[in-house]
Amino acid sequence: MSIEIRGLTHTYNPGTPLARTAIKDINLTIEDGETLAIIGHTGSGKSTLVQHLNGLLKPTSGTIKVDGVDINQKGVDLRSIRWKVGLVFQYPEHQLFEETVWDDVAFGPRNMGLSDEEVRSRVERALAAVDIDMALAERSPFELSGGEKRRVAIAGVLAMEPSVLVLDEPTAGLDPRGRQDMLGQIQRLQAERHLTVVFVSHNMAEVATLADRLVVMERGEIVMEGPPKTIFAQGDKLGAIGLGVPEMTALMAKLREKGWDVPDSVLTVEEAEEAIMAVLRREARVGTGGDL
Amino acid sequence: MVPVATFRHITIGQYIPGESLLHRLDPRTKILVTLLLVVGLFFIDTYLGYGLAALYIALAIFRSGIPPRFLFRGLRPVIIIILLTFMLNSFMTEGEILWQWGFLTLTKEGLSKGGMLAIRLILLIVGTSILTLTTSPLALTDGLESLLRPGKRIGIPAHELAMMMTIALRFIPTLLEETEKIMKAQMARGADFESGNLLQRARSLLPLLVPLFVSAFRRADELAVAMEARCYRGGEGRTKLKQLAFHTADFLVLAGSGCFVLWLALTM
Repeated sequence: MSIEIRGLTHTYNPGTPLARTAIKDINLTIEDGETLAIIGHTGSGKSTLVQHLNGLLKPTSGTIKVDGVDINQKGVDLRSIRWKVGLVFQYPEHQLFEETVWDDVAFGPRNMGLSDEEVRSRVERALAAVDIDMALAERSPFELSGGEKRRVAIAGVLAMEPSVLVLDEPTAGLDPRGRQDMLGQIQRLQAERHLTVVFVSHNMAEVATLADRLVVMERGEIVMEGPPKTIFAQGDKLGAIGLGVPEMTALMAKLREKGWDVPDSVLTVEEAEEAIMAVLRREARVGTGGDL
Repeated sequence: MVPVATFRHITIGQYIPGESLLHRLDPRTKILVTLLLVVGLFFIDTYLGYGLAALYIALAIFRSGIPPRFLFRGLRPVIIIILLTFMLNSFMTEGEILWQWGFLTLTKEGLSKGGMLAIRLILLIVGTSILTLTTSPLALTDGLESLLRPGKRIGIPAHELAMMMTIALRFIPTLLEETEKIMKAQMARGADFESGNLLQRARSLLPLLVPLFVSAFRRADELAVAMEARCYRGGEGRTKLKQLAFHTADFLVLAGSGCFVLWLALTM
């Protein structure tokens, strides 16, 4: 399912001395089945932007079309849009409220008016997707560990089986292991269910491994857009707006400064290894050894 | 759907930063003058008196640079109470009958009394909002603590009261923001906060209230730990970074407003 954003502007508290324009004139098309990452500073308008995707915020001006339907038109049932575009907020574990994990995950499907049977199978699928053991299903969500709570909360959105999954900083505050697991689960979901995934992140390495396309926001505007390799090759430009590049990309830049002939599009450890090995092999062939 | 942004429009304790004379006055001056005005308004019982008081408040609004719109917005939630006061007094007071319909009798005395009470309520609300709109919550509690300090001898815990007020005021916007966020998160899962009968609506608030309470308790816990980690041990021997000080303007405003309001209260 594709989402088309045209000329989107949002002003908080319009017409008061506290008025603040959070995003202005955003034009963006989210393609069906892609994984799109939105990066930018705190306060650059990322969260405001994603809350428009399922109609939680109304644009001050501009349009959002989900599957060709302008969602802010009169007569559009926003609840049904929210079932198609599942939005996971930052720290989603703060929204847990039910007595058991199972009931909490079932909240969305029940709101959809599905049959008990359908609710049950959806809850089971959602919990399995985030690796929560069914033995935990009857426990109180408040007894779980932080990482488990986060996954239960995400399952609560997944249980609605949306075609687009929007996540606002899904790995914020998780330990490295939890981070890895979370990213793996998102990747798997994306592949298995042919989901369109939009996620907001601060972590350049996770953006580099997960996203097909990056959108860089600065002061409410989109300043860069393209595949991770192209964006991260422009480290200077990112640095100027206070964002970094993945560690390996930075390492390659340092090596290039020292005269190594490595590409500027390296994102992961594996690619870095390959690039360094290539240089070493070349030098071994030439037989100069180089200055390591 | 629920207009989620409504929570942003609540004006309790809202402060609008500025550089006006009113903003710069010592908070104690503003608290004392407001207190005097509130008490004074109950002693005025002529329309001329209310007119003069309204003029005085209008002057204060003008000097504060706050858009009057803001003050009137604060009146919106109590408009029903004001109307009810006016109606009840107009119809329930005995006196010269102006109009009668069934058991309803409108009297001249009632109309006059009702009108006066309504004006008194409006002036009370607008007058006190000027205080909160021009004084930051911190300055307000600082002023209050300083004014209450002499009461310590008779057992008024001035510092604790001020600290509790500071914390409460500090967390109003945070909790409103949190409410908005949780509401949105549940709406993203298809929660519906406004249709259904009373029972259904009360039930639909559970997904909002439970997380809100959990988070309020978590915040309280974290705050207590953070305060203890910084050696907070109550008001005993505690010094202040910003010392309150009366300036010439404060004395002038105190003396001028004090005399004026007293004169209004005693003669009008």
